[in-house]
Amino acid sequence: MTYFRKRIDMKIAICLRRVPDTTAKIVIGPSGVAIDEAGVKFVPNPYDEYALEAGLALVGAAGAGETVVVGFAGDSVQETLRTALAMGVDRAVHLQGTPTADGLANARVLADHLRDGGYDLILFGKLAVDDYGQQTGVMVAELLGLPCATAISSLSVDGGVATVTREVEGGVENATCALPAVLTCDKGLNTPRLPSLKGIMAAKKKPLDIVPVTVGESRVTVVSLAMPPERAAGRMLGEGAAAVPALITALTTEAKVL
Amino acid sequence: MANILCVLEQRGGTLRKGSAELLTAARQLADQGGGTVDALVCAAGDVAGLDTLGAAGADRVLTATHAGFAHYAPEGIVATVHSIAAGYGAVLVSATATGKDLAPRLAAALGAPCGMDVTAVSASGDAIRVVRPVYAGKAIQTLDLSGVAVVAVRPSAYTAVAAGKAGAMEAVTVPAFTQRLNVSGISTPEKATLDVAEARVVVAGGRGLGDPQHFGLLEELAAAFGGEAAVGASRAVVDAGWIEHGAQVGQTGKTVAPDLYFAIGVSGAIQHLAGMRTARTIVAINRDKDAPIFKVADFGIVGDLFEVVPALTAAVKAAKGQ
Repeated sequence: MTYFRKRIDMKIAICLRRVPDTTAKIVIGPSGVAIDEAGVKFVPNPYDEYALEAGLALVGAAGAGETVVVGFAGDSVQETLRTALAMGVDRAVHLQGTPTADGLANARVLADHLRDGGYDLILFGKLAVDDYGQQTGVMVAELLGLPCATAISSLSVDGGVATVTREVEGGVENATCALPAVLTCDKGLNTPRLPSLKGIMAAKKKPLDIVPVTVGESRVTVVSLAMPPERAAGRMLGEGAAAVPALITALTTEAKVL
Repeated sequence: MANILCVLEQRGGTLRKGSAELLTAARQLADQGGGTVDALVCAAGDVAGLDTLGAAGADRVLTATHAGFAHYAPEGIVATVHSIAAGYGAVLVSATATGKDLAPRLAAALGAPCGMDVTAVSASGDAIRVVRPVYAGKAIQTLDLSGVAVVAVRPSAYTAVAAGKAGAMEAVTVPAFTQRLNVSGISTPEKATLDVAEARVVVAGGRGLGDPQHFGLLEELAAAFGGEAAVGASRAVVDAGWIEHGAQVGQTGKTVAPDLYFAIGVSGAIQHLAGMRTARTIVAINRDKDAPIFKVADFGIVGDLFEVVPALTAAVKAAKGQ
């Protein structure tokens, strides 16, 4: 692997996914294994926005460097990549292809592209709010032999070392790793900037390279996608504090949770 | 079906909650094809309760002892699993914060597909079939993983069943590994709070609270449950900075499945419902009788939360004999 560190500036890749807006209603498509995309608004994956902000802030603080946003997906991701460019990312790479349901096969595509990029940091969102796979970033790190911290909620970089915290059950785990490294970003890390009008205009002139890629064999088959079971209709117990005794009775004798 | 390896999690010599549930999932999977279940525990020293793992479903308990396991050391666990992986058809971990970090590392090292945060795992011919919520629970996906599979099982998805055997203890050697992530420890908050994803009871508040200081009302209700309850929140109030993001329930927060969920002053936005709809019992308290939260609630009270919640807190205390 070639990670020359002659520069003192930062070079950061951010991997981006395009997902349905979290407020979108999900309808199963006719295939029975994917959603019906008709009428669904798509947005940059919310967790990826924390990664974008972290990358932009670090390069901004370093005073020099480059941010590159990378999206492995069909052509529709180009709109999402342009959003990242409008936020201030320097250039975009569209790895044009069709990701599979096998996170490892997808991670290999990303790792092959990122391997010789000379990146100090490769950032991901901690998960994509569509498939909840939560694995691609970690797998890219393993494939590249790089340190990896996941779901980080704070980050500082100093002297080639990243210091992070991540939320675990009952506390906050503290860790460090040397750069180059892969980090996946959680809510709480920062407040992502919004694209400015100037940024949107500038984004149109920024480079967006299209690199056709081939994904390897998938060892994961989607058998079905279904709606969760509906909850049975509930019961209104009344109004105000007067309804509290009825609730206590219901929780004690009916639901048996008290 | 081949044999199953469970990688159990410990912290400071204590097995993490969910270990028995994971072994139950593994036992059921292994029994489909007459396979065995091994439990691997990586630790820096002695771990309490290893003698209970046989009864929980493990045929063998493998202990990997290394000074580097004083804190979470993913590279060491991956190297250990890799060195003993031959002969296993699936590797299972709990889908905790640590397990979700570990599973993809194991999958990459073993060249295996990874089923993340699954609620059911079974054998389907030569494949491992997993069922998992996607779109934060707005849909349920079923996947078949072929070859050796790494599966992270959601801790709340299985109820521990005693298998009534004694597991044989065996030490395994930790191979040399290069530590790349250096974990120095876990800071716990001064006021120890239960994680919203682990609590039996969740008391969640939304914009209807009107002011961040009113979360105190919810904390009092949670306290009435005597250490079993955690305070949760909707995205709106987390984004407004009223409470830390770890409390957020919903699509960009946590997915929870407690026995009892109180939605207080929570309108019930689709992304919030996605995170709590698998709770066993849902109680909604809201001023607006048309709030969408009432559509998923088992029991609803329309009213002013500032009047209802203190009365409820007193009644829960009375019911619990406090």
